[in-house]
Amino acid sequence: MRILRRACFGALTLILGASTTLAADIAPGDVVFTDGAVTASLTGVQGDAANGRKVFMNRKLGNCLACHANSDMNDQSFHGEVGPVLDGVASRWSEVELRGILVNSKMMFEGTIMPAFYRDAGFTRNLKSFEGKTIMSAQQIEDVLAYLLTLNEE
Amino acid sequence: MRTLLAISLSALVGSLAWAGEDSSLVIDGEEIKIRATAPAHADALDEVYSGWVFRTDETQALQMDDFENPAFVFVDQAIDMFSKVDGTEGKSCASCHDDVAEFAGLRPTMPRVVDGEVVTMEDMVNGCRTKRMGAEPWKWSSASMTAMTALIGLQSRGTEINVKIDGDAAAQWEAGKELYYTRVGQLDMSCANCHEDNYGNMIRADHLSQGQINGFPTYRLKNTKLNSVHGRFKGCMENIRATPFKEGGEEFKALELYLASRGNGLSVETPSVRN
Ligand code: HEC
Ligand code: HEC
Repeated sequence: MRILRRACFGALTLILGASTTLAADIAPGDVVFTDGAVTASLTGVQGDAANGRKVFMNRKLGNCLACHANSDMNDQSFHGEVGPVLDGVASRWSEVELRGILVNSKMMFEGTIMPAFYRDAGFTRNLKSFEGKTIMSAQQIEDVLAYLLTLNEE
Repeated sequence: MRTLLAISLSALVGSLAWAGEDSSLVIDGEEIKIRATAPAHADALDEVYSGWVFRTDETQALQMDDFENPAFVFVDQAIDMFSKVDGTEGKSCASCHDDVAEFAGLRPTMPRVVDGEVVTMEDMVNGCRTKRMGAEPWKWSSASMTAMTALIGLQSRGTEINVKIDGDAAAQWEAGKELYYTRVGQLDMSCANCHEDNYGNMIRADHLSQGQINGFPTYRLKNTKLNSVHGRFKGCMENIRATPFKEGGEEFKALELYLASRGNGLSVETPSVRN
């Protein structure tokens, strides 16, 4: 029993660790943009493309398929038509530009419908449960970025 | 590559193909206008379309025949309620209104602005219940309210919407317009982002319409009941992670006035069927 408990606790910290801002992360309000691009890694930890692929699909996290079609995910039904097809996106945009688009695409595309995935303030009538929170964590941004960088074939 | 993708996508959404440009909605021999030249005050649109246009063939078919339309179960209940006495005055709707058919022509002019306040169909129904019948008001999206507003709306089915926006109505109309274009919630979107800039596009499994309200209350296959206009607004706001305004509150009423006016020229379609 005792061992079991400890194991559960360990799993829990892992989950929490993934979705809260860690001390070493760049806070949402401190991200520096240059022409819509973000040069510095948000976490200093290399992104995990495999996890990024999952976050991209997840309806509660990236939900990127809601708006973008992506041939790499043709096993998933219903790709959106609101944004551009993301096939080959890494050959159109650099790593630092893609990070900027993920953090807050409004810095790159003025007035876009695309949500800012790493922004935690300045919203109107935000739901209480999302107050002060970002849609994705810093590491999830880096993970999705690593995944996008694999999309280099048109 | 582009063609390849288009093919695989259309295979995925095959059953969601939207009605051809020339599809028409005829119910009981009566033509319902589902597209019209946009009114001048909907300046970002050339044409306005009913939400029916964007639904699948199967969903569309349910609305083409009143015997198939699940909303009529509730309309029938409202017919019974119409002559049922309720409240301290011993009256029913029928005590004052001989025949529900006398409401023909009302829906297309609603909501209206009276003494600076937006008056919706729900307000009128509750006004009668509380002031004339001495009965409790019905909740905005309750089964009784949506059934009754569906029955009253049905009396004007096929009639062109013609909501007044000038004069007394101007200030409330402007307030509604402001809300329509304000970005809200953690996803930071306005109604216009989806229903003006992107109608006709798929957003994941949903085919975006112009968000017209000419068919309300609407029967949704998703929750198998009639849905009020304000209930739908609330749902859309929650989807973009915004705190909704209160059903029946002044913000949603102003928004309803503005949206209703964007449908001027379409026919009343109540009770419609959507997914
Ligand atoms: C609600 C719609 C929406 C969602 C959700 C969304 N996007 Fe976008 N995205 C857009 C639109 C629209 C554009 C085009 C920019 C513009 O003009 O607004 C865009 C542009 C982009 C671009 C540039 C593409 C190019 O070829 O120029 C990238 C990369 C991108 N999005 C990635 C993502 C990722 C990754 C996610 C999820 C984490 C995501 N988007 C979620 C709507 C969306
Ligand atoms: C993220 C996209 C999005 C936003 C933003 C949005 N909606 Fe919607 N709305 C939808 C979808 C999806 C549907 C269901 C398909 C359709 O009819 O477009 C819908 C349906 C509706 C309908 C029902 C239309 C019918 O024919 O029955 C109305 C009315 C509506 N929305 C109003 C609004 C209003 C008002 C706002 C702003 C407060 C809003 N929506 C914001 C996505 C959105």
